[in-house]
Amino acid sequence: MEIKLTLNGKPVTASINADTLLIDFVRARGCWSVKRGCETANCGLCTVLLDGMPVLSCSVLAARAAGRHVQTLEGLQDEAADFVGFIADQGAEQCGFCNPGYVINTVALLRENPSPTDDEIRAYLAGNLCRCSGYEGQLRGIRAYLNSRKGRAHE
Amino acid sequence: MLTIGQYSRPESLNEAYALCQKKNNVVLGGMLWLKMQHRSVGTAIDLSGLGLDKIEQSETAFRIGAMVSLRALETHAGLDALTQGAMAEAVKHIVGVQFRNCATVGGSLFGRFGFSDVLTLLIALDTRVTLHHAGEMPLADFAALPRATRDILTYVTIPKTPRRVVYLSQRNAATDFPVLTCALTGQDGQHTCVIGARPMPALALSDDEGRLAQGVTEQSARAFAEDVAARVPLGSNMRASENYRREICKVLVRRAAMALYQEG
Amino acid sequence: MSESKLRVVGQPVRKKDAMQLLLGKPAYVDDLTPHDCLVVKVLRSPHAHALIDEISTDTALKVPGIECIFTYKDVPQKRFTLAGQTYPEPSPYDRLILDRRVRYMGDAVAIVAGESEKAVEKALKLIKVKYQLLEPVLDFHAAKDNPVLVHPEDNWRALCPVGADNQRNLCASGSCGDGDVDAVLADCDAVIDRVYHTKACQQAMMETFRTYTEMDTYGRLHVVSSTQIVFHARRIIANALDIPKSRVHVEKPRIGGGFGAKQTIVAEIYPAFVTWKTGKPAKMIYTREECQVAGSPRHEMEIRVRVGASRDGVIRAIDVYTLSNTGAFGEHGPTTVGLSGHKSIPLYTGNLEAFRFAYDVVYTNVQAAGAYRGYGATQGIFAVETAVSELAAQLRIDPVAIRERNMVREGQIMAAYYNEPASACALDRCMARCKELFGWAEKYPVRDMGGGKVRTAGVAMAMQGSGISGVDVGSATVKLSDEGFYNLMIGAADMGTGCDTILAQMAAECLDCDIGDIAVFGADSDASPYDSGSYASSTTYVTGKAVEKACAQLRENICAIAAGMLSCRPDELAFAGRTVRRLDGAGEVTLFDIATRSMCGNATAVQATASHSSPVSPPPFMVGMVEIELDRETGQVDIIDYVAVVDCGTPVNPALARAQAEGGIVQGIGMAMFENVTYEPTGRIVENSFMQYKIPTRLDMGRLRVEFEASYEQSGPFGAKSIGEIVINTPSPAIAGAVAHATGVWHRELPITPEKVLWGIKNRQK
Repeated sequence: MEIKLTLNGKPVTASINADTLLIDFVRARGCWSVKRGCETANCGLCTVLLDGMPVLSCSVLAARAAGRHVQTLEGLQDEAADFVGFIADQGAEQCGFCNPGYVINTVALLRENPSPTDDEIRAYLAGNLCRCSGYEGQLRGIRAYLNSRKGRAHE
Repeated sequence: MLTIGQYSRPESLNEAYALCQKKNNVVLGGMLWLKMQHRSVGTAIDLSGLGLDKIEQSETAFRIGAMVSLRALETHAGLDALTQGAMAEAVKHIVGVQFRNCATVGGSLFGRFGFSDVLTLLIALDTRVTLHHAGEMPLADFAALPRATRDILTYVTIPKTPRRVVYLSQRNAATDFPVLTCALTGQDGQHTCVIGARPMPALALSDDEGRLAQGVTEQSARAFAEDVAARVPLGSNMRASENYRREICKVLVRRAAMALYQEG
Repeated sequence: MSESKLRVVGQPVRKKDAMQLLLGKPAYVDDLTPHDCLVVKVLRSPHAHALIDEISTDTALKVPGIECIFTYKDVPQKRFTLAGQTYPEPSPYDRLILDRRVRYMGDAVAIVAGESEKAVEKALKLIKVKYQLLEPVLDFHAAKDNPVLVHPEDNWRALCPVGADNQRNLCASGSCGDGDVDAVLADCDAVIDRVYHTKACQQAMMETFRTYTEMDTYGRLHVVSSTQIVFHARRIIANALDIPKSRVHVEKPRIGGGFGAKQTIVAEIYPAFVTWKTGKPAKMIYTREECQVAGSPRHEMEIRVRVGASRDGVIRAIDVYTLSNTGAFGEHGPTTVGLSGHKSIPLYTGNLEAFRFAYDVVYTNVQAAGAYRGYGATQGIFAVETAVSELAAQLRIDPVAIRERNMVREGQIMAAYYNEPASACALDRCMARCKELFGWAEKYPVRDMGGGKVRTAGVAMAMQGSGISGVDVGSATVKLSDEGFYNLMIGAADMGTGCDTILAQMAAECLDCDIGDIAVFGADSDASPYDSGSYASSTTYVTGKAVEKACAQLRENICAIAAGMLSCRPDELAFAGRTVRRLDGAGEVTLFDIATRSMCGNATAVQATASHSSPVSPPPFMVGMVEIELDRETGQVDIIDYVAVVDCGTPVNPALARAQAEGGIVQGIGMAMFENVTYEPTGRIVENSFMQYKIPTRLDMGRLRVEFEASYEQSGPFGAKSIGEIVINTPSPAIAGAVAHATGVWHRELPITPEKVLWGIKNRQK
């Protein structure tokens, strides 16, 4: 079947199978940031934005994305670059495999709630597993970014 | 792995219903559960084009389309007010935000999963479901129907009955399936407790003996909790034994009762 | 080099690959290798123990797109081990690529390769196998000398004297000791005698096992794999395929986590065999389910501990017996078990008069175990540390006080640690600082929070090693390049640990340049200097020293070229980073010009390679303290606060060391509280997905605080010891202690679930 959608701002027309999953669809189009970490919708590695909403691309049929806007980290580089340096300063990226899903979900969080509390950050990112960092450095990084933004706003 | 032959986005419920009559066709909800199955689906029926993704309200009820996400339930101000926060409490432990953006209320209820937090709370709220063919019925009745029904759940209706609600669950890890769920409601001195993740699907037990009718005290709450725990059928699975569930049941019901009339 | 003068070492610099990883750039096996290659999958045994009577692939081969199907009839008949260890491996040679005997549910029965996943899945279903069912050995207590043998075959062999005997289901056994442990125990006022049980926990790295293989232009097998051990992988793949080592080339791109899982060649041999047989590129990507049921998890262990002490809490003797379950194959079986005694008992060297450590490692018909961060020390430390806490409770001594009284101190000889000295040991300072930071005095023993909830505290100490003494080899090549930047080539594997960066920090320190001037490359079995690989907490300590040596050598070579340019002898020059100066002030040349000269009419190598191996393995030490809130009505335990103070020698990069510590602690919390592995009566693993095997989310771990108490290890680079593994060791015993302080019940089997806690309370009330 043929679908049309917008991928990272660019219109895409493609022929797909009925059971093509969105994760495989975007990876086949060079969006290598999108990772698969499980088969049970538990890990959050495959998070993409669908019409701006974070979803698990492992559980969305590409066909269902027809007519909609799909964004992967490849299409959110500037927005992500704004804060990921603060994660890097904590060394909390570690192996990096979970980073794209976690970064993209943080983008979604900050759009929805620009000044989250620590508990709100933990709750929003609870579906993003990370086996390396112990999460604390990720939290410190986001907090440092938010503080720096507050600092900038006061200047 | 899951394979799907055809994908269809019907333009009417009748069309969807007709497609759904064939045995290896399936209506898509959030696809989270379906995707894990090793099966061959003939046609996947996507209800996305039918406007079932809205939460509407009238004077007397919220009408929730089957395709509304669990995340939408969680963040809806009206539902939050109606349930005194119980709606968010019931879904916020489910995996993560991305998962809840995918999972639909229709899918959650249609599966009548034993572990379902949503089923537990919505039964407690006297929710009614609308099936395209069978029409409207109480969710509790629907939950008792055999799963093989080839019908389509279209709407979920929650009456705006003023009632007190408390939702509690016990989990081995924060975002794991629950070991036990408990939704307690109080309305004009009548109390109903729904227990889910028994591990069988949620079941409503009302306070027939009127143990809470004279007001909730530590003593009456305890008596009610003992009563519910004695009556509710429970079982074992990998997450907990039947006996543990019974102990937890007493605790959750008592705590829910104690919290029921506390503000904030 | 004194600590105060360091510029780069000791700084929390960003990981060199951090921004690329955070921005999701392609970096891993499946991002970088072709996708139009054969998809490889394995048919897995539905039985715990069986012989294949008949196997028919005719129908399966007819599925369109199927390239080949291999069975046990097609593979070489020389046994090998998949354990990534230095040759001769202590792990027995007990594997074939495919065997007629299947030894656990999930064991490989056939290899299928085809052009799409769908085709391969379909073919897998069409392979017809007739099994002769055999009785499995599922209870590891009954494995030793069981009439049912897991490895009855004649060509099974152990290369090292590890006490293995396949006719007794023994993968290893042995004992050692010092002093008369029985006599000392008999003389003790108090003896704790307890049995502890830990499970086959999963590393659960986010990137599953995966390997791409192709034939290169030279007719060699080119393997791109997510592995911690490119050199061992080369040897093991060649052994498995029974081909010369010279025909194999292994490289690793970024690795999405390893934690020891990728110190075993789990996936590599299947696509390698397909490519070798067909000449075609192939790829195998493990599903999460395969990782859970056919991976290389922690060895399940049952550990009996006897600790004897005087009335006032002087620990005089420790006796440890470990029964370790290696599962169907012996990868890392003989070596992990050693750590359960050798890295737990020495913590109490303080007043120890005698110790004994004995063990058996048995084969059973469950998933084979492997290497997982902590490598046996984790299990042993859970047992010994909990036993010491139980002793403290029995003697009514504060569990911190009993440790302060008996812990190993700097300069002591650790009899239970191969008589190595605790040459750099800040364990006492770790305890003092942790106590203060945590607020032990306020939090121990119990605070009632109302509503059935209490808060309590627990404590544990830990140690590990730094590389394998006398075995591990680390190497580094440093090269001066255009305009004066350097290449650093290593064979160690950065799997998120940051070793590329910390080794570059060391090189920058030695070469008096910025870390940005060092470009790191690794690991590639053709291009990197030999390194045992990244495991056993070896990279900072062993490979780091090799970097130091290589840099010193390179500075000499650079000075030799400069001497020619400045018309003097090399010993009349000083290397000053960006320049080389004449000591008499009569001139200098820039590194830029030296680099340029090195490429024109020069016969002095501007490249140096050095190797290092250490005769000792200096232990890092740490203390962890946990505050929990325990619900006495439900048994639920919430972690409130976890404080750890670590002595890893000099922290080369405090930010990365802290991230290691935090990550290890959270893995340890998962092990202590909910990561469980259970078997159905058939031998099937119940926790076969992330839905059933719960690893901690960020809502499960409370607040973490980590600090460092530096010691200075003379034999390590810049005084460094290791950090990677030790950090997983304290949560289990600390949490078990905290639960006991709240309930009076000691949970000796992990994980400590709410249900177990509640029954503990109820049974005690009876």
